[in-house]
Amino acid sequence: MSISIAQLNKRFGAFNALNNINLDIPEGELAALLGPSGCGKTTLLRIIAGLEWPDSGRVIINGEDKTQAHASHRGIGFVFQHYALFRHMTVFDNIAFGLRIKPRRQRPAESVIRTKVHTLLELVQLDWLHDHFPDQLSGGQRQRIALARALAVEPSVLLLDEPFGALDASVRKDLRQWLRTLHRELHVTSIFVTHDQEEAMEVASRIVVLNKGKVEQQGSPSELYDQPANAFVSQFIGQTNVLDSHNHQHWLQSIGLGDDAHPGLVAHVRPQHITIEKTPTGLPPSIVLKDWQHLGAITRVELTGTKPDDGLPPVLHVEMPSEHFKQLQLFKGDAVNISIKQVQWFN
Amino acid sequence: MSTQIIVEQPDSTAAPIARRLAAQHDSLWVKYSLISLTLAFCTLFLILPLAVVLTEASAKGFAAYRQALVNPDTLSAIRLTLLTALITVPLNTVFGISAAWLITRFKFPGRSFLTTLIDLPFSVSPVISGLVFVLMFGAQGWLGAWVSTYDLKVIFAIPGIVLATLFVTFPFVARELIPLMQEIGKEEEEAALSLGASGWQTFLRITLPNIKWGLLYGVLLCNARAMGEFGAVSVVSGHIRGLTNTLPLHVEANYNEYNFAGAFASASILAALALVTLVLKTLLEWRQAQNRR
Repeated sequence: MSISIAQLNKRFGAFNALNNINLDIPEGELAALLGPSGCGKTTLLRIIAGLEWPDSGRVIINGEDKTQAHASHRGIGFVFQHYALFRHMTVFDNIAFGLRIKPRRQRPAESVIRTKVHTLLELVQLDWLHDHFPDQLSGGQRQRIALARALAVEPSVLLLDEPFGALDASVRKDLRQWLRTLHRELHVTSIFVTHDQEEAMEVASRIVVLNKGKVEQQGSPSELYDQPANAFVSQFIGQTNVLDSHNHQHWLQSIGLGDDAHPGLVAHVRPQHITIEKTPTGLPPSIVLKDWQHLGAITRVELTGTKPDDGLPPVLHVEMPSEHFKQLQLFKGDAVNISIKQVQWFN
Repeated sequence: MSTQIIVEQPDSTAAPIARRLAAQHDSLWVKYSLISLTLAFCTLFLILPLAVVLTEASAKGFAAYRQALVNPDTLSAIRLTLLTALITVPLNTVFGISAAWLITRFKFPGRSFLTTLIDLPFSVSPVISGLVFVLMFGAQGWLGAWVSTYDLKVIFAIPGIVLATLFVTFPFVARELIPLMQEIGKEEEEAALSLGASGWQTFLRITLPNIKWGLLYGVLLCNARAMGEFGAVSVVSGHIRGLTNTLPLHVEANYNEYNFAGAFASASILAALALVTLVLKTLLEWRQAQNRR
């Protein structure tokens, strides 16, 4: 089901947590709310779930205004950052909870509940844990049980608050893939909150970037990466070299990026948009290779200027395929020439 | 160079080992002296008084003990004490849960003030707690005229005793639950709500099971105090024998009249009630531990 947020505002005392938020998440989408900590992303998620109330604005789920609806009447599955499994219940009872508390007329028979819970346990591949208590499970297992519990009531929307935040790196990687696959199978409109841009890019089909209570940009991962709307998005999504025309004017002009057309603006250059080649021997070096890291398929190269007043930033990051870097046969201290393929200018 | 390192190594490791051994030795000594100190303290201040109560109560033989218990005034005191506990404990359980719920689950101005206010009955002397009700409902009190127009008797009657006991025992359940509910957090309750549970279902199925041991402990403490309260009740009761004397007051009355056997017999009843609650608590905890695994 689609989700719309219109002109939403929320304050906590003097702190403006959310500032005129407008959002549209189409049906079946797996969207990420991405932003640094304290940007209001969790507050927004909790308002959609009905666990927090907005000061003004509307929450519309599948065309219906649910702003005033109680959390229990929104048809939303919520997965908490720290799972919030019922500690006094077994895994089975946790998942069955949402079905057992239904009013008698809507409640399925116990045998139907049993089948359903086991189906869900198989879906999250943890059927063998059905009689365990939450404190006997690992973090990744708890997360999957929390997801199964939320899915048991067949929510129209699934909300996940930092679903991988409390897990260690290797488990997190597996679960990301697994969540993507699961979403493809179930096709439930889902929103998850994260502060990790890599995670958002890997899992989500649509990303909403939040900063200081405002939506900075929303779009597909590639839209955000290739056409960032502003300097914040450009720096937050992926790596970028920031060159402002005041401090680095001289150098920018020397490589043909004069600031005549962009007075007072800042140049953002993606590391892969810089190409380097070895300076022929004999010429005085102006840029040298400081260090590099082999990251598998790509190699990250750090460049630095030789003269302190040449207007070059302290370190210029360049990324290129590792194959290519090998062919260049560069060593630390070698002089290089660079050319910039693409620049974006921001305020 | 290399030989020097080899020579140095054993020395540098031997010292910490010796120190560690010394530390263990030290802690062992501390452990046993702490154990004996605790045991001595418990014997002197907990077990000995209880033994004195029991031996004194039966000093004149079992017949005299029985005589003291079936005395109509003693029976009336037992009845009044149980009645007071029966009214105040459930009320304060409900009040305590509501107060703890309010303080731990909602943010509102004056929240920390309310938390402090709950402690008020603990911080004032019980005599003053009693006096407050005399000043309110006594003949010259604020509500004295209102009470007398309806021909109600509060002071020197059972309602006064119940009110004073309610006041004195109010903090027990709330005090026990507030830190517990703060520690548990509200995430599980929110999860239940998002799964479609009503507020009442969430309380019964999620909150209550999580807090039941803390709650039980609070209720037991509340009950013990409700049955044992002396100061506040003494001020409002009027000490009318067979009518407004609770067990603690009855013990004192007997004692002042040099009726030691009677005093200690009644005291043994109070002590037995306390022991029963303790045994109940231990039993329930044991049952819980058995069920869990």
